[in-house]
Amino acid sequence: MSEHEQKQESTMSRRRFIRNSGLVAGGLVGGGILGGLIGANMNKDGTATEENTHTNGHDQVAYQQSPLYFTNPETFGILQAAVERIYPKDENGPGANDLDVPFFIDHQLAGSWGNNTREYMQGPFFPGSNFQGYQSPLKRHEVFDVGLAALQTYSNEKFKKPFAELEGEQQDEILTAFEEDQVKLRGVTSRTFFNILRAATIEGVYADPAYAGNKNMEGWKMKDFPGHQMSYINQIESEKFVKIKPNSLHSYTK
Amino acid sequence: MAKTLPKTDAVIVGVGWAGGIIAAELGKQGLKVVGLERGKERGVKDYYVVHDELRYGIRYELMQDLSKETITFRNHGKERALPMRQLGSFLLGEGLGGSGVHWNGHTFRFLPYDFEIKSQTVKKYGESKIKGLQIQDWGITYDELEPYFYEFEKAAGIGGEEGELGPKRADPFPNPPMKETPITARFKKAAKSLGMKPYQMPSGNMSEAYENQYGAKMAPCQYCAFCERFGCEYGAKADPTVAVIPFAKETGNVDIRNFANVTEIIHDGKKATGVRYVDVQTKEEFIQPAEMVIVTSYVMNNTRLLLTSKLGSPYNPDTGTGVIGKNYCYQILPGSAGFFDEEQFNTFMGAGALGATVDDYNGDNFDHSDLDFIHGGSISINQSGYRPIQYNMVPTDTPKWGSKFKENSIKYFTRALSIGTQGASMPVQLNYMDLDPSYKDAYGLPLLRMTYDFTEQDKNLYNYIGKITDNIMKEMGPSKINDRQQLEHYDIVPYQTTHNTGGVIMGAEPETSAVNNYLQMWDAENVFVVGASAFPHNGGYNPTGTVGALAYRAAEGIIKYSKEGGLLA
Ligand SMILES: Cc1cc2nc3c(=O)[nH]c(=O)nc-3n(C[C@H](O)[C@H](O)[C@H](O)COP(=O)(O)OP(=O)(O)OC[C@H]3O[C@@H](n4cnc5c(N)ncnc54)[C@H](O)[C@@H]3O)c2cc1C
Ligand code: SF4
Repeated sequence: MSEHEQKQESTMSRRRFIRNSGLVAGGLVGGGILGGLIGANMNKDGTATEENTHTNGHDQVAYQQSPLYFTNPETFGILQAAVERIYPKDENGPGANDLDVPFFIDHQLAGSWGNNTREYMQGPFFPGSNFQGYQSPLKRHEVFDVGLAALQTYSNEKFKKPFAELEGEQQDEILTAFEEDQVKLRGVTSRTFFNILRAATIEGVYADPAYAGNKNMEGWKMKDFPGHQMSYINQIESEKFVKIKPNSLHSYTK
Repeated sequence: MAKTLPKTDAVIVGVGWAGGIIAAELGKQGLKVVGLERGKERGVKDYYVVHDELRYGIRYELMQDLSKETITFRNHGKERALPMRQLGSFLLGEGLGGSGVHWNGHTFRFLPYDFEIKSQTVKKYGESKIKGLQIQDWGITYDELEPYFYEFEKAAGIGGEEGELGPKRADPFPNPPMKETPITARFKKAAKSLGMKPYQMPSGNMSEAYENQYGAKMAPCQYCAFCERFGCEYGAKADPTVAVIPFAKETGNVDIRNFANVTEIIHDGKKATGVRYVDVQTKEEFIQPAEMVIVTSYVMNNTRLLLTSKLGSPYNPDTGTGVIGKNYCYQILPGSAGFFDEEQFNTFMGAGALGATVDDYNGDNFDHSDLDFIHGGSISINQSGYRPIQYNMVPTDTPKWGSKFKENSIKYFTRALSIGTQGASMPVQLNYMDLDPSYKDAYGLPLLRMTYDFTEQDKNLYNYIGKITDNIMKEMGPSKINDRQQLEHYDIVPYQTTHNTGGVIMGAEPETSAVNNYLQMWDAENVFVVGASAFPHNGGYNPTGTVGALAYRAAEGIIKYSKEGGLLA
């Protein structure tokens, strides 16, 4: 597929979405903005997912499902595709996208973590040995910008298709190349980018739902982890495994 | 222009366990004390929504803000040291109570062997046994320190039972041991059947409601499993902000100032006259004059403050002479993970210091005649509670991501157990700390530079003890255990342990040590430098029991000095 055709296709699906969602208000459609925000939760066929209808099963609006960092649906789509390979939906339960991990990562990138505010970011910068840790002058949100763009470029070069449209195995092949540091990026190594992406994905699966991932505590449920409990003093000696209904931070304020 | 404040008897730099204990003891004696702590005030009231793994366990909310200050690191002297830009290998404390807020509470006493390591090893195995190791006796014996250990254990409400092979105690533990669980029982049974002598790990989580010698009331631990890296919302953890600091304040003699970052110990070459500090919020500068300066700012800053203030003679790694920065040590951590396909454990329940331990391979409790290392370590199982982001234990052959990773990390979250060792770490001439030539902190002062790598001694200890932990784990009956990895180079990234030691070590002679056995500087008699910085090597246990004992010893010395003056030893 040529680059021109690809562009057409992604605009196409955005248009389809806009049409389907009934959100087209006169004069508002222009640039990529509309598709960017809500198109994030789009299925491949352009229908909205259940979450996308703004409910989380309790007739409440899931306001957290809004990007605070990403402004471009194509980039967000790469992120969605990548995290799903790291933590896929399968017979063990929901995958990263069902758990809203991309929104978790998005929110994290918009905040203190994405901006490395509690870390030493003074120069001079040198690559360092394998044992000296993170030495990139880039902040994490910049690492994601560079890394996600590079996934796309690499994918286009290698498979002549955007990353999000590849088969799972092809996406894995690319992620592995990044993990093994075979791809040259600007300002950061591909391995560092991959490691942050992997860590952030796992965080998004299991962090308290307050952070927008681990939707409905489904990540915890897979691990039989009951989240926040005030006390186990009466169960700690139990010979039997104890299954406990999970609680989140939300229960502090309920 | 720095504003000069009214003079005080003692100024304390950093208010964690060491600073908190000394503040309480000095205040009790009627000495006027100013405690300067760079981080914020905090206490039990601040842990209302603390069961948040991401915030505290992964983003390290309670730990040091590295944007202001960090260390630089390299494996060896020919490398360029680079800043530790993110927390990883160890988690430095910041804020009232220091790391004592978010520690686990494993509270051991170092072995008698530790304090006389050089003389005992040479006597038993000959001089050649310690070749290449820069070990030295501590200038104090276990028997001399015994009462101080007990003082700390009372303050911290330690619960436990005496291990047969551990140090002898004059008094029973202030609290009973923690509860037995299927996990601790399983470890003990396995260790016993291999001829070892397991006991319940001494714990700083209250096994019962407790009141200490300062009238601090502590609640019973709830086994809530958000302990290490978290503050305790029940006040059930031995924490300086619960155990000692409230009393210090009640004496009316202790003025604790938060957001006060000390940048210099002011001195005339013989004695200190006070300290300079910056209010990290308003950026105002102050000079706090004092009769005595007590430095309790942890290993890193105890060393760095002396170096930047040009107090004491800096260590020279080429010659092995000088003392400030000498004998930086860490901890060697062999361990084994076992996977139990058919069983599920309540791994998500636990308490920081809930566990069981054996001392059979610690210190010189086993014969080293035919071994290529000295010392050893305490081996434990610790049920501190798994949390889902941090704990993704999977069998060795599992990929790092994708479906198989997901499957195994889910399955084994409640089906994997691990055994760990606190292995002793021996000093060598080329592992040390000094000032970095290029990187600076937020106040323009050079960062501390750490030059450190594992040695042959470390690797040999690691391999030998690792086989023992494998044996215990196999005896516990898992479906499989993980392949043991090799100890290669020290890596600053993965969390290992916050048991850093050395830099301002104690001893009997000023040529080879920085402080005497009252933690008083040989080169400046009114300066006391207290903490694990005083350890000439790191032992086979977690350090804080010994840090606490040394803090009580120092407090006694400081009080004595305030009356008599002069070098105390
Ligand atoms: C996650 C974790 C778990 C641990 N678990 C255990 C365990 O189970 N058992 C055990 O024995 N040990 C454990 N430790 C280690 C234990 O916490 C420390 O040994 C102990 O708290 C050290 O006490 P300290 O008073 O010497 O130093 P700290 O607690 O580090 O206190 C030093 C204080 O000085 C302040 N400070 C530093 N520089 C300055 C400056 N320039 N000006 C003003 N203030 C300054 C800091 O902000 C800090 O509050 C653990 C540590 C961590 C991080
Ligand atoms: S495990 Fe016990 S001591 Fe630790 S935080 Fe929970 S209640 Fe407190």
